Amino acid sequence: MKFTWFNLMPWPYLPDDFRETNRSVWVDIDQKLFDPVKSHEVYNTYMDLLEYADTLGFDGIGVNEHHQNGYGIMPSPNIIAAGLARRTKDAALVVLGNSIALYNPPVRVAEEFAMLDCISGGRLVAGFPVGTSMDTNFCYGQIPSLTREKYAEAHELIKKAWTTREPFAFNGRYNKLRHVNIWPRPIQQPMPPVHIPGGGSVETYDFCIDNTYSYSYLSFTGYIRAKALMDGYWKRVEERGAPDKSPYRAGFAQTICVAETDEEAERLYAPHIDYFYNRCLHVYPGFADAPGYRTIKTIQTGALSQYGRPQGFNELTWKDLTEGGHVIAGSPETVRQRIEELAKGLHVGNLFCLMHVGNMPAEKCMYSTRLFAEKVMPKLRNVFPDYADDGRFWCKPIPNRVSAGSLPAAPSRAPIPAE
Amino acid sequence: MELKTVQTHHVPVRYFEGGRGPDLVYLHGAGGVTAEDPFLAALAASHHVVAPLVPGYGDSEECPEIRDMLDFTLHTWDVVAALGLKDPILVGHSMGGMIAAEMAAVQPNDISRLALIAPAGLWDDDHPIADLFSILPFEMPALLFHDAEAGAAIMTSGLSVEDPNFLQTYLVTNARQLGMAGRILFPIPERGLASRLYRIKAKTVIVWGDSDKLIPPTYAHGFKKGIAGSQLVSIPEAGHMVILEKTQAVADAIATLG
Repeated sequence: MKFTWFNLMPWPYLPDDFRETNRSVWVDIDQKLFDPVKSHEVYNTYMDLLEYADTLGFDGIGVNEHHQNGYGIMPSPNIIAAGLARRTKDAALVVLGNSIALYNPPVRVAEEFAMLDCISGGRLVAGFPVGTSMDTNFCYGQIPSLTREKYAEAHELIKKAWTTREPFAFNGRYNKLRHVNIWPRPIQQPMPPVHIPGGGSVETYDFCIDNTYSYSYLSFTGYIRAKALMDGYWKRVEERGAPDKSPYRAGFAQTICVAETDEEAERLYAPHIDYFYNRCLHVYPGFADAPGYRTIKTIQTGALSQYGRPQGFNELTWKDLTEGGHVIAGSPETVRQRIEELAKGLHVGNLFCLMHVGNMPAEKCMYSTRLFAEKVMPKLRNVFPDYADDGRFWCKPIPNRVSAGSLPAAPSRAPIPAE
Repeated sequence: MELKTVQTHHVPVRYFEGGRGPDLVYLHGAGGVTAEDPFLAALAASHHVVAPLVPGYGDSEECPEIRDMLDFTLHTWDVVAALGLKDPILVGHSMGGMIAAEMAAVQPNDISRLALIAPAGLWDDDHPIADLFSILPFEMPALLFHDAEAGAAIMTSGLSVEDPNFLQTYLVTNARQLGMAGRILFPIPERGLASRLYRIKAKTVIVWGDSDKLIPPTYAHGFKKGIAGSQLVSIPEAGHMVILEKTQAVADAIATLG
């Protein structure tokens, strides 16, 4: 399995009465709740934690893109990834991803991802989400029923920009460019591996299968509830005639907390789990799905309760969340068992470990992360021995990489030319 | 009203037809229109009414090729031509008013009588139009009607706005209809009409409900100022759905076009 340590970067100072006094954590969240001075430490701590995960041997460290969002203060994941590229050595930089329909022209994404790949020595794993309706439509103003068409064009353009070796003209509907000629281009050839976050539409399944991209289901509701969706994906992989059913064709995000014992896990992490699940995920339902963003079929099968008049909110308890699989928490052995169950049950090779949760302080996060890296990860490395050599969905760094601080000692006099 | 189909270049278009008298084309708002619409009936009392559905509305076919304002405008001209109508009275409500105004601006010599009822198409930072696309069903009646309670009953044909049967249909219909409407209304219902209003030559009446909370009545002045010689009819105790709340008053205002 491949383990990516993921940080959503939640704002840790939402007030206790946030849910009662605010309409939404996303889109129109109160400006006053963000404190730029406090964010200085928050950002640096969060980046330190991502770097810490690299030192413990995680395969990847992961960042993502959200806008105007109290549980994800990372509108530009590329800025964070650039910082990480300099200060980490081995971990893949999993940027999951850039919402490519939002950028005009999307060549910018091709360029920035190329820069990240070059700076990191070929450690980029790229992600191309369509983006949520909150981000894409309500924050960034894309027309809901044209978003997917624009996304498809952006993907075509980026792929072509990465793989074409001479300048070309691109006459798209949304992008008219006379001279596409990205400079730099990525180290990884023909292009970096791509992961696509999706929410269960057959079109996205097919897109991943046809392009040999990994399909990522990034939910916060855990592996038990994900079974039906992932079964649908694997069924489609078979129907579509993909050459194999490698588990690395899929990724899954899971909240994970490790302690010495199950009891200790509850004692240490319950307040932060509560903060995330009961406070951070408070999104105004009117922003969930702009008309035209989702397909009719999805709506017909979806729940209707959220569109009614707001009712009282039922707080989810530690017991609800751990038993329901939203959260995998406990001793290293408990966590190992449940992740093995997840990996085999969903047939997923790429695990995005959500290990910083809500307002969790750094020391607790480091404790959980270290226990996971030392006592859980090694035992799960070989869950899929038949696919151990499948490198199609992961980065291929160059062997001799430099990192920050590789300058020679400051010269005291004019350098002597080598010749 | 009778539901019929006419073929156009892009897609077969569904339309309601009824009444006798001068030809009148009615363009519906973002909420759509049905055969039972009392406003259509009121217009049909003295006119030959033709009310085409925007593709994706009602049971009509969707049309991926219609993407932007010019596409909507020219497509609707295609519909008028396919129906064999010459210089009909052109009436539009809300989104339909926006399309009607655009049609009259791009082909000013083909329209001599125009009625815009609480039309979309302009934007004023000091009076932002509510975000129709993030409004929850239960919030809709208060936004659309002067009398929210009576409005809710009209919207749901007597069902509760929280009734699952109403919600299921409402959400699927919305995804199709507002999905299409979003191409000219999302995220801001403005596509440059202000710079084209001057081209309109038609005798124009602008109708607005005094308590319109979706597109505030102040927008009427923008249209009146932009269209030379236009008349404004303000209707008291009516909201954005003035066509349902004061049906006859709106029909009377249109009748002044002759």
